[in-house]
Amino acid sequence: MSLEELLLEKKPIIVKRWFHLILKTYPADTVGFLKKQKNQFSNPVGHTISHGIEELFEELLQGMNPVKISPILDTIIRIRAVQDFSPSQAIAFIFLLKKVIREELQREGSENRISEDLSRLESRIDEMALLSFDIFMKCREKIYELKTNEMKNMTYGLLKRANLIYEIQEEEPDLKSSNIINSK
Amino acid sequence: MAVQPKVPKGISYPDELSKVDYKPPEKAWMDTPVVLKPNMFCWGNKEKSLKAVDFPNARAWSVADEDWKLPENWKEIFLEGIRERLDKYRTFRLFMDICVRCGACADKCHFFIGGGDPKNMPVLRAELLRSVYRKYFTGSGKALGKLAGARELNIGVLKELWYYAYQCTECRRCSLFCPYGIDTAEVTIIARELLNLLGLNIEWIAGPVANCWRTGNHMGLLPHTLRDTVEMFKADLETITGVKVDYSFNRKGAEILFVNPSGEYFDPNGNITFMGYMLLFHELGLDVTLSTYCSEGGNFGFFTSNEMAKRLHSKVYAEAKRLKVKWILGGECGHMWRVWHQYHNTWFGPVDFLEEPVSPITGTKFENAKSNKVVHICEFTSDLIKHGKIKLDPSRNDNYIVTLHDSCNVSRGMGFFEEPRYIIKNVCNNFYEMPPNTIRENTFCCGSGSGVNASENMELRLRGALPRANALKYVREKFGVNTLANICQIDRAALQTLADYWVPGVAIRGVHELVGNALIMRGEKERTTDLRGEPLLGKEGGENV
Ligand code: SF4
Ligand code: SF4
Repeated sequence: MSLEELLLEKKPIIVKRWFHLILKTYPADTVGFLKKQKNQFSNPVGHTISHGIEELFEELLQGMNPVKISPILDTIIRIRAVQDFSPSQAIAFIFLLKKVIREELQREGSENRISEDLSRLESRIDEMALLSFDIFMKCREKIYELKTNEMKNMTYGLLKRANLIYEIQEEEPDLKSSNIINSK
Repeated sequence: MAVQPKVPKGISYPDELSKVDYKPPEKAWMDTPVVLKPNMFCWGNKEKSLKAVDFPNARAWSVADEDWKLPENWKEIFLEGIRERLDKYRTFRLFMDICVRCGACADKCHFFIGGGDPKNMPVLRAELLRSVYRKYFTGSGKALGKLAGARELNIGVLKELWYYAYQCTECRRCSLFCPYGIDTAEVTIIARELLNLLGLNIEWIAGPVANCWRTGNHMGLLPHTLRDTVEMFKADLETITGVKVDYSFNRKGAEILFVNPSGEYFDPNGNITFMGYMLLFHELGLDVTLSTYCSEGGNFGFFTSNEMAKRLHSKVYAEAKRLKVKWILGGECGHMWRVWHQYHNTWFGPVDFLEEPVSPITGTKFENAKSNKVVHICEFTSDLIKHGKIKLDPSRNDNYIVTLHDSCNVSRGMGFFEEPRYIIKNVCNNFYEMPPNTIRENTFCCGSGSGVNASENMELRLRGALPRANALKYVREKFGVNTLANICQIDRAALQTLADYWVPGVAIRGVHELVGNALIMRGEKERTTDLRGEPLLGKEGGENV
C-alpha cells in the first residue's frame, strides 16, 4: 500500500485531528463554539476551516497542483488574515498537518517503512506553506488597498466640494503608534 | 509527557515548525488585559467636535497615548454616571442584574463569529461593565470581589470598556436569543454614554454629530452644496431618461417633508438611490419638499447619548412645523428608523401639529404612523405598486441578480421585512433569498453600524462582516447573485468595501435605485442605460454609451 493510499484510508481521523489542532490556535473560550456549531452560516469560520482542510488533504495526496490548492487555501487564509494572528501564526496551521501525519504513522508503526514517500509528501506541505504565505500577503495588501481607497474616496468627495462645505475633516494622528499595549 | 515519535533519518522532525507559538494564553477573561490593536479601533474624537455640542472633557487626546487626559475625578464621574442611569433606566438595572450567564447569546454576535475574540461574546461584552457594577453597587460584589464576578474600575478596565463599546454595532442580534430579553445593544448604548461623560468618543461619531448640530447633516454640507448636488443629479437624470425632474428645498406649505440620510448626497452609491427617489416623486407629481436645515435623517447622536440623539432628532419636527407640511416621508436609512420607531414617542409623544399621513396618490391611510406622522419610503412605494399606480419595467434590472440584506435597524429593530422584498420582486426579475438563519430578524449586521464605519478600523469591520458575507457568497455561488440590495445608507457606503474583500463581484444597491431603473415615466426617452450609465442588458451597443 502506498503512503497516499494509507493516508487516504486514514483521512477522517487525520482531518479531524488536524482540525482540532487548528482550533487550538483560537482562544480557549472560542474553541467550543468553532468545534460544535455545525451550521455553516452560524459558524462560517469553523465550517470553512473544516471543509477547506479536508479538500486540501485530498489535493495533497493527489499531488500538489497550485491551481487547485490556492483557492482552497484562500478561503481559510482570507479569514485568518483578519483575525488576531501574526503572519506566522496565521499560516502555521499548514505545518500542523505534518505533526498529525507523523503521529498517525507512528501509531501505525509504519513511518520508517515509507520514509522516502513521507519526505516527498512533506515537501508538498512545505510548498503549500509557501503558497499560503503569498496568499496571506495578498489578503493583507487587499485590506490596505480597501482602506486607502475608502479614505481616498472620502477625501476626494470632500475636495470636490472643498469650497462648498463647512470644513474638511483632516486625517487623524492615532496611527502614529503601531501597537498599543495597556496592561492596566 | 508527550513521547517524541521515532523519526526516519535524514528528515528533520517537523515539530520545530509546529512549535510556532500558535496557542493563545489560557486565562480567565478578567486576567486577560486589553490590548488595543491598530485596525480594530477608530480614532479618538477631536477637541472641537466635543466643544461644538458642549460635551465634557473636550481636549486633544489620542487613543495611542498612554495618557488619555482624563479629569482627575474620572472614576467618580463614571460611577456616578452608572448610579444615575440605574435610577433612570429600569432596563439598565435589570440587564445588570438578571443575566444568568446561560450563554445563549454568546455565539450570536457577528464580531465574535467572524473574529473569535471571546470579549465579543455579547455576554462577556456586557460583563465588562457588569463586573464594575457589581463591585460598586451590589453587596456580594463589594464583599466577595472577583469571586462574585466583580472588579475594580481602573484605567485598564476603562480602556477595555471603550475598546469593546466600539466593537458592538448595537445590532441587537444577541437579544433575539436571550431567554430574559436582555439587550446587549442597550448595555453598549449606556457604556458609550458613560464614556462620553469623560470625553471618550470616536471622531467618526463625534465629527458627524458636531456637523449635524451646526449645519443640519453629518457631512457638514451647506445649503448651496446640497442644492448644487441635487442640480447635478437632475442633469444626470435628464441625460439618462430625457425627463427634467422637479425638486424643491425648504418650500413652505408643501404637503410632505422628505427626510433622508445625508450620505445619499455624498456617497456615490447613495447618490443613485437618491436619484431613484427623485424620479419617483417627479413621476407622481408629489407635493414634497427637501430641507437644507433638516438635511439628515440619520442620527449619530444616538451613538453618543440619549440626550444628544434627542437634540438632533428635534430638528426634524422643528422643520416640519416651520414649513407647515402635513406629514413626513423618510428615506432609506437604518438607525434613523430605529430612533423614530423606538425612541421618538418616549421623547416627544404623539406629534399634534401634523396630520395622519395619507398617500395623496392611493388614498391609503398610514395608520401605523398615527403618532409620529412619518412614513417609510418603502411603505409608500409598496402601496403605490399594490394599487398599480406606477408603471414598471423590471427587465431594465436584468443585469442584476439580486438578494436583500435586511438592515438590522429596520428589520430586527422595527419588524420591517416585507416591503423591500415586495418592491424588489416588482422591479427585478431575479431575486434570491440568503439562507433563513441569516435574514429577517436573524439578519447578520454589516459589521459597520452604530458609527463604526470608519476606515481605520478596517479589520474589525471585515471580521464583523464575515457572517453576512458568508451567506452572500453562498447565494453568489448557488444562484449567481451579483447584487446586494438594502435600505440603509451605512450598508451602501460600507458593505461595498467588505464585499470586495469577501465576495468580489457583488455590487451594493439601494432599493430605490432599482425602482428608478424600472420606473416607466411619462415623456421619457428609450432607456439604454441604468441610472449609473451602465448599458442595460441587450442594449450594450446602445447609442447612449
Ligand atoms: S448588539 Fe450586535 S454587535 Fe452588539 S453584542 Fe449584540 S450581536 Fe454583537
Ligand atoms: S442569553 Fe441572556 S441571560 Fe443568557 S448569557 Fe446572554 S444575556 Fe445572559
